[in-house]
Amino acid sequence: MLEMLVDHETVCTDPVPASEAAAEVQNLNLYYGAKQALFHINTRFAAKKVTAIIGPSGCGKSTLLRSLNRMNDLVPGVRVENKVLYEGVNIYDPQIDPVTVRRHIGMVFQKPNPFPKTIFENVAFGLRLMGTKGSELEDRVVEALKRAALWNEVADRFKNEIGLRLSGGQQQRLCIARAIAVEPPLLLMDEPTSALDPIATQAIEDLILELKNRYTVVIVTHNMQQAARISDRTLFMHLGILVEEGPTSLIFTKPQHPYTEAYITGRFG
Amino acid sequence: METLKQKPSRGAKEVLTFVVLLLLSSVTLLTTAGVILSLAGDVVRFFERVPLSEYLFAKEWTPLFAEPRYGILPLITGTFVVTFIALLVAVPLGLALSVYISEYLPPHRRARVMGVMELFEGIPTVVFGYFALLFITPLLQNIIPGLNIFNPLSAGLVMGFAIMPYVSNVASDAMQSVPQSMREAAYALGARPYEVSLRVVFPAAISGIIAAVILATSRAVGETMIVAIAAGQRPALTLDPRETIATMTSYIVQAATGDQPTGSTAYYALYAVGFTLFVLTLILNLVAQYVVERYRERYE
Repeated sequence: MLEMLVDHETVCTDPVPASEAAAEVQNLNLYYGAKQALFHINTRFAAKKVTAIIGPSGCGKSTLLRSLNRMNDLVPGVRVENKVLYEGVNIYDPQIDPVTVRRHIGMVFQKPNPFPKTIFENVAFGLRLMGTKGSELEDRVVEALKRAALWNEVADRFKNEIGLRLSGGQQQRLCIARAIAVEPPLLLMDEPTSALDPIATQAIEDLILELKNRYTVVIVTHNMQQAARISDRTLFMHLGILVEEGPTSLIFTKPQHPYTEAYITGRFG
Repeated sequence: METLKQKPSRGAKEVLTFVVLLLLSSVTLLTTAGVILSLAGDVVRFFERVPLSEYLFAKEWTPLFAEPRYGILPLITGTFVVTFIALLVAVPLGLALSVYISEYLPPHRRARVMGVMELFEGIPTVVFGYFALLFITPLLQNIIPGLNIFNPLSAGLVMGFAIMPYVSNVASDAMQSVPQSMREAAYALGARPYEVSLRVVFPAAISGIIAAVILATSRAVGETMIVAIAAGQRPALTLDPRETIATMTSYIVQAATGDQPTGSTAYYALYAVGFTLFVLTLILNLVAQYVVERYRERYE
């Protein structure tokens, strides 16, 4: 199997033009210590679209996602080669502060991880870091809760209720509200529904479709139906290599690479 | 071959193990009960001679005077002053250290630093006591006029260092048990490491941190050798940290090593003070337990 991926050139159908890209990855290599986890990744993420990254466990999809906002910096022993361009700037440039990068690029995690604070304080966290205060703070918190489709459920108690007391699906929408409160143009989601039941998942998927009017969304998912339902474009990764990318409809109907076909038809993964 | 219908041969051993473990663990419980019971009789005898109102409200503690007075207040204020000074040192330093250990030290260095702290914890308090009396007090006397040789200030300062590792160990354990996902959430929002530590991890671990402070308080209240050596043994109703005072524990040392005749009121006073100390530390420990249970956020 492996030989087929040696010196593999990503099969790229209808590439995203540079002018429509919100972020661009150029020949990215990533190492955990001596072990290489990403190999020569080249891709563009289209602005105000949903891009899904799929692939079997350990294929590097989360690693790629986390290299887009430098969350991998928190892992000891990580080393990155080459570039990730965001608004034309290489976020791995030594002069760039990773903290600033993360203020522009939001992230939602696999398991809902609200802080043990009130709903209000959860959403206000990022805003407070940027110095927002008073009535503007309150307005933006309410706005974010509305946009995350959580407002109607918590309007009467959002200042007193602790975020951890909400249901799993509500917690995840709270985490989305927290991430979008600071208006990040790019939103990264790392398997945001894998810990949720089908109804909560449905609510989050509806929300993601809503969000793409304002934000560029990159979502990692192990659920191919989900990728098919919500994404405009799909990237398929295997063993740290970007095997194939293209419009979602084509990837799932006419995959070009044999591995992509094997994966989406359920023959491995 | 064993068949399923055979009784397992381990049955008897299982019962034996259970009984032995039960007996061993009941020893601690029985000891506590024994302590309370043996105190109780003598405490009752004390209060048959001294009215409770005098014990609680009289302003002097002079059991060995010709006209003895048995007011616990001077011993309480003495204990309070020393404890307060000790906490003033131990809480800020201990908490700062715990944030450093839990959030800034790389994990492989953590064990080494905690090891050194435990070594520090193992220094006999009698050594701290003489350190306070012979080193700190003369030093402070140069700066603070009117400082007695025996004073709660230097005893409290040194005691603060003695209980600091205790604060930092309990608090850093609490912070290390905050799930990594909390830190990630904060970093992803563009928080800097100090903001993650102070705005997320510290508040998330607050129940454990409060418990650390209360347990340290209870330890300071019960600490004996440092105060007996460095704070003096002259009960005085004052909050002035320069004056010689006595704490409940130092009075007990004094009385137990002195020569009150068995059966005298002064002798029974020893038990009353011991019992008061016991109740006080018990209350502190119960409060700590309650705080941990009540305010702990349950993370998955």
